[in-house]
Amino acid sequence: MDPERRTATSLPEANGAALLVVLAVVAAAVPVLNLVVPASSPLHMSTYGLTLAGKYLCYALLALAVDLIWGYCGILSLGHAAFFALGGYAMGMYLMRQIGRRGVYGDPILPDFMVFLNWHKLPWFWVGFNHFGFALLMMVLVPALLAWVFGWLAFRSRVTGVYLSIMTQALSYAMMLAFFRNDMGFGGNNGFTDFKDILGFDLQRDSTRVVLFVVTAVALAAGYIACRTITRSRAGRVIRAIRDAESRTRFLGYRVESYKLWVFVFSAALAGIAGALYVPQVGIINPSEFAPINSIEIVIWVAVGGRGTLVGAAAGAVLVNYAKTFFTGALPEVWLYALGALFVLVTLFLPRGLMGLVPRAIRAR
Amino acid sequence: MRRRTACGQRLAVLLAAVLCSASALAQTSDAEFLAKLGELREAGYADKERIVTELVDGRHPRARDVLTAILEDRLYVRAADTRVFITKPADDSAESLQLVDPLTLKDAGSSPRAGLDAIGTNNRLRKSLRIAVARFDLANPDAAVRLAAVTEMLRSLDDSGAALLRARASVETDRRVKAEIESSLALVALDGSDTSARIDAIGVLGGRPRQQVRNRLAALLEKNADGSFAERDEAVRAAAATALARIDRSLAWYGGVETLFFGLSLGSVLVLVAIGLAITFGVMGVINMAHGELMMLGAYTTYVVQVLMPRHVGASVLVAIPAAFVVAGLAGVILERTIIRFLYGRPLETLLATFGVSLALQQLVRSIFTANNRDVETPAWMSGTWQLNDALALTYNRLYIVLFTMIVFAVLLVVLKRTRLGLQIRAVSQNRAMARAMGIRSEWVDAMTFGLGSGIAGMAGVALSQLTNVGPNLGQSYIIDSFMVVVFGGVGNLWGTFIGGMSLGIVNKLLEPYAGAVLGKILVLLALVLFIQRRPSGLFPQTGRAAES
Repeated sequence: MDPERRTATSLPEANGAALLVVLAVVAAAVPVLNLVVPASSPLHMSTYGLTLAGKYLCYALLALAVDLIWGYCGILSLGHAAFFALGGYAMGMYLMRQIGRRGVYGDPILPDFMVFLNWHKLPWFWVGFNHFGFALLMMVLVPALLAWVFGWLAFRSRVTGVYLSIMTQALSYAMMLAFFRNDMGFGGNNGFTDFKDILGFDLQRDSTRVVLFVVTAVALAAGYIACRTITRSRAGRVIRAIRDAESRTRFLGYRVESYKLWVFVFSAALAGIAGALYVPQVGIINPSEFAPINSIEIVIWVAVGGRGTLVGAAAGAVLVNYAKTFFTGALPEVWLYALGALFVLVTLFLPRGLMGLVPRAIRAR
Repeated sequence: MRRRTACGQRLAVLLAAVLCSASALAQTSDAEFLAKLGELREAGYADKERIVTELVDGRHPRARDVLTAILEDRLYVRAADTRVFITKPADDSAESLQLVDPLTLKDAGSSPRAGLDAIGTNNRLRKSLRIAVARFDLANPDAAVRLAAVTEMLRSLDDSGAALLRARASVETDRRVKAEIESSLALVALDGSDTSARIDAIGVLGGRPRQQVRNRLAALLEKNADGSFAERDEAVRAAAATALARIDRSLAWYGGVETLFFGLSLGSVLVLVAIGLAITFGVMGVINMAHGELMMLGAYTTYVVQVLMPRHVGASVLVAIPAAFVVAGLAGVILERTIIRFLYGRPLETLLATFGVSLALQQLVRSIFTANNRDVETPAWMSGTWQLNDALALTYNRLYIVLFTMIVFAVLLVVLKRTRLGLQIRAVSQNRAMARAMGIRSEWVDAMTFGLGSGIAGMAGVALSQLTNVGPNLGQSYIIDSFMVVVFGGVGNLWGTFIGGMSLGIVNKLLEPYAGAVLGKILVLLALVLFIQRRPSGLFPQTGRAAES
């Protein structure tokens, strides 16, 4: 008897409407609070707060991606930080190309770090990233492609459970090591930073940041709707069936591998989009984003919020990160204890996460 | 011991025969010896050199001590009575010096520095002193001293020195000293004019795979700017080419052996960090993300033990091994009793919970020991190298790591296969219900198993404290490697972990020269990911009933 079957039965997505409403309110209120309300007012939202909020929304989108693959399909991926970072790097490459002559070395084509490394030609994989459309495509395609290749190999040979988790972790770790190398052509240790503008708008201006924030909120809403559509569809039911009884689903005649593969690829693409939205707002991307610990943290957000519920995942991401910001600022020593205790307590006592606390009546609408 | 002394005496006699072949002088009396020393006070450098030669020829039993003292600026004349004294080594700042009588080597009180005149030396004199001391040492019963003497003499070898070495070679019994003498003589002969002697010398040098010899031989084959060979004699060139090829072959061979050894030592580290996990993960099915932090606890235990016994660094590491086992093992038992036992059968959730524990443990050591790395001293017996021959030197710490891993692995095998606890562990992991029916307290066995795995992680931490920085992040850097090793070897199979770790270590080191350390590691990781796709249960999959559950 697999206990996971008990802990994560499918919940009707009840609070979806609430989430969408909250997102709409936030997307409408934040620009006003930041741009219209004067800085002297206590209601004013600082640029720092705006960036922070945008970051949380990116994390929420990432948590949706992980919840889809873990909460609904039962595949614990410890490689989603890598998909996130790949999307971020694709965006970063576009932003680096936008710097142009304004770099320290003033080279019209080559980013500073390449001039510094004495390179004279743009590597082939940088070609095209000066076009926003192409970069946009890559933000989705590169993580999706990696997920497709990895998933195709792994699911076909029926690597499951713990093994798959460790493999994804190893993949992510290998990529981190690779991106740390200077001769990979991705800025090595320092990654990309000092971005100037996006689509011609200055990244330092509050108005640009507000637009980015609204775009992120819209992306999160769209991501949520897409995930909900998937999980409520017929395919979604098969996916949950795979989570609960893989062999039985296979014997019923479903192609378990293809279902898993496409969920994995979709989830990776979603993570890539989250990463792409993250980079222009925080203004930096470097190889530490690939760190295996990041992937585990994402899983924790989902577990805290409630795996198998999309709203829970998104809320978990925002809550845990808000707590992290608060504690690392106010009580830096306590943060790791608190986070550690949170993991332990949630796994032991709240297998459904915080969503498990929401009374059933509300949950079921 | 007696044989050695007798041998030494015989050698001394022979040495004397060589040194004083012209006139069979009797050994200098103490009075004459002291008189000679007295002359040093007024002598110029040229005279001093003559006196040194006479001291050597005089064969007085204390001559070597006195010559060494001059070399080290420790021979003084007391201004008050012009008596000569050796002084004990002291700081330049010391106001007074401890005197030693040059005849008896007994303490002779002390004297303020102002009352003493130093016997000065210059470069030239020091050179002849060094050779003179080396000549004495050549007859020393200790082979290591003789070896050092030969190396010293090689720095400036003249005909008389060569004659001395030749005489020594005929009676030398130690293999390495003899080989060293032979190659020194060969290097001298190489500069001679006798073609056949030179070719013989090249033949001898061909058996000495060391860089210095290789350069010397390669120089013989070089061409001048005008295209003519630096070495005119064709036969010598041919011999040099053969010898050079031979040296290159053996250098390549020893290089290979060295790479293999590096691979084995890296593999040992991997096995050591993974083997505790092979028990907690492989046997119990718990994904213990805090495994790295248990190693970290072991490393910090080493540090604490060292702080507690600062005078015994050498022994502290040995004390730390059981201490770390106990500390990490206890931590493991507590972890099992309070958290993991509620999560059996849910491996992915053990991952999350133990990850939380790992964060808390990291913060714990940060709170206690601060975030800075702690210095763990390497004991003297673990540093240094074991010089097998000219081309191959193995560092002791790597050797000890390999040895330590072997011992830990062997002990673990014995525990699992030969003890009652091992029997119970295997029984519970194979069929819990049946084991309980047979009266095994499965809960107690769970705790003990987890404690055993954690304790081994702690011992791995002791080894790691000698290899890397002891800091809060020590565990994190090894956790992925250790999981890879266990999965690669095949979960639930200790031999699989062992062979998996060793082969990963060797492959890593084989790749390093071509790909560099980081790229090599990336390639290994990717290869592993692909390998697991092909063989999802690792190198040695479990068979039978256990595989089905």
